[in-house]
Amino acid sequence: MDFSDIILVLDSSVRLAVPLLFAALAGLYSERSGVVDIGLEGKLLGAAFAAAAAAAVTGSAWIGLGAGIVVSISMAMIHAFASVNMRGNQIISGVALNFLALGVTVVLAEAWFRRGGNTPNLSGDQRFGSIDLPFAAEAQANIPFVGEIYAQLISGHNILVYLAFLAVPITAYVMFHTRFGLRVRAVGENPTALDTAGMSVGWLRYQAIFVTGILCGAGGAYLSTAQGASFTDNMTAGRGFIALAALIFAKWRPWQAMFTCLLFGFLSAMQIRLQGVEFPLIGEVPVQAIQALPYILTVILLAGFVGRAIPPKSIGQPYVKER
Amino acid sequence: MSIKKHMTALAGGIAMVAVASTAAFAEPALIYDAAGKFDKSFNEMAFGGAEMYKEATGNEYSELEIQEDSQREQALRRFASRGASPVVVPGFTWAEPLNVVAQEFPDTHFAIIDAVVEQPNVRSVLFKEQEGSFLVGALAAMKSETGTIGYVTAFDFPLLQAFGCGYIQGARAINPDIEVLYNFIGTDFAAFNDVNTAGEVGISQLERGADVIYAAAGAAGEGALQAAADAGKYGIGVDSNQNYLFPGNMLTSMVKRVDVAVSDAFTDEMNGEWTSGVEVLGLAEEGVGAAMDEYNADLITDEMMTKVNELRDQIIAGEIEVHDYRSDNSCPVS
Repeated sequence: MDFSDIILVLDSSVRLAVPLLFAALAGLYSERSGVVDIGLEGKLLGAAFAAAAAAAVTGSAWIGLGAGIVVSISMAMIHAFASVNMRGNQIISGVALNFLALGVTVVLAEAWFRRGGNTPNLSGDQRFGSIDLPFAAEAQANIPFVGEIYAQLISGHNILVYLAFLAVPITAYVMFHTRFGLRVRAVGENPTALDTAGMSVGWLRYQAIFVTGILCGAGGAYLSTAQGASFTDNMTAGRGFIALAALIFAKWRPWQAMFTCLLFGFLSAMQIRLQGVEFPLIGEVPVQAIQALPYILTVILLAGFVGRAIPPKSIGQPYVKER
Repeated sequence: MSIKKHMTALAGGIAMVAVASTAAFAEPALIYDAAGKFDKSFNEMAFGGAEMYKEATGNEYSELEIQEDSQREQALRRFASRGASPVVVPGFTWAEPLNVVAQEFPDTHFAIIDAVVEQPNVRSVLFKEQEGSFLVGALAAMKSETGTIGYVTAFDFPLLQAFGCGYIQGARAINPDIEVLYNFIGTDFAAFNDVNTAGEVGISQLERGADVIYAAAGAAGEGALQAAADAGKYGIGVDSNQNYLFPGNMLTSMVKRVDVAVSDAFTDEMNGEWTSGVEVLGLAEEGVGAAMDEYNADLITDEMMTKVNELRDQIIAGEIEVHDYRSDNSCPVS
């Protein structure tokens, strides 16, 4: 493996990390406001389907993205209604949404497109294409190392990748430097205090969950219209749950969430790359061992380096005004 | 427990009555797998086979798409009790329910594709995937300019390894030094749907120099084929003819003639020539092969065509023996 191979693996890590990053940041808003969101997976899947279906019908990836976000927000609002107004169990509501998405997407896809639960293949403007940043080719040719990093790793992704990474500083700023962020954090820690100060706990949680919906929508659209080129049955394959793990791993903080998602992306990229490769001294490692590597490393990292992850204090508890 | 027992007995009783009243009417039936009738692959080919039968004989057939796994036994029972024969089910997921129902209806004929059910009234149709894969492997090796080709599959599973093993043998028959990149998408059945990871695996193989990728991974395979098409390289489809997916970037497809298996089962029953037991379709029976059509006509030169036909004849004649991974769970080449 030489330098350019490493760059290619890192490039692949970025692509694999993006849906996790969208979902983890989405979960951050909801969970910081005190509402557990195990339904990230379902929202990703629902949005992936809506985006692919809308893009296939209208021919525009942007309309697809819009449809994905609308569907994801609608699902988030159902969750908000169940958790805030009905004071229901948030885990049950989230799991119900996951099942709903798993079933409804395939039924609708079959009814509308008759392709065995998939949407038609997308091409051209129906997908988000890659964007070459200025001077990428010149930089690669003229500047060693840095130029290659710029041209291969930073340039050449689609718009949603840049948006995902842009969402990290924005989230960090909103959460820790704005009044809204302060209130969201407060409502997750001690809703009674906010209520006493005359603010609506329910309204704040609705707002936070609305943002969750937007971000999950973008993550779903990325899967089906940017990284992939169609919706397929259960295409999220557990990414929503991995994102939730990444969020906990990052102790509900945006920058740490980004690094965790990149780490998970890197481990899967390495895993793909190392299958069937001869190692010096050891020789070829059985493919099962390589495939287990990301999980083993995750367990080691989780057990050894993270320390205690302390969730927002009021998480999972519906707020009941004292009477 | 007692209620359940009564219900079973009752259901059995009703089934017996139904068989008695409709025994004279024997219409063949086809029950699709959960992926659905129009899955552009396995099930749609089965449908095509039933249509072939209908066109050739003018006879009708019944069909059903199941919505979930729990309907399998129920659907089999319903068709059998209505007097349908043979009842054909495509896919190895049917093996368990069929094993149960076939014993309940010893006079009905059943056929299953891609799995073996050892009952006296069941025909089990298997394919020599390794022979078809051998041919597409040879084509890939002839097409490759980089001397590196790729194989992307769902996970470590004997059937999928048989595809890959045949592919390598075919490629080595053309170019003994060719490098074959061999990747798994995941570790379980979920990998058949993980089209995004399949795409990443495809990209990784292309970056390592592969210029032809054979994807045997169900729905996820399209991700790898898409990656190859996006890069202007070549993909090879599987099961049904997938050449139309990316015209100009699909070298060929390794087709399994599920349609032939279905139409044969229907026709044999009609002619009173039904045979139960295991039936294995290879190149000689035209059960597997490399798809040639208008979408890949420009990619296959006459020279390649001649060589492939030569290899096919040699396999049929037994001059080349393609190793089946499933026979000893190992592959002599890698």
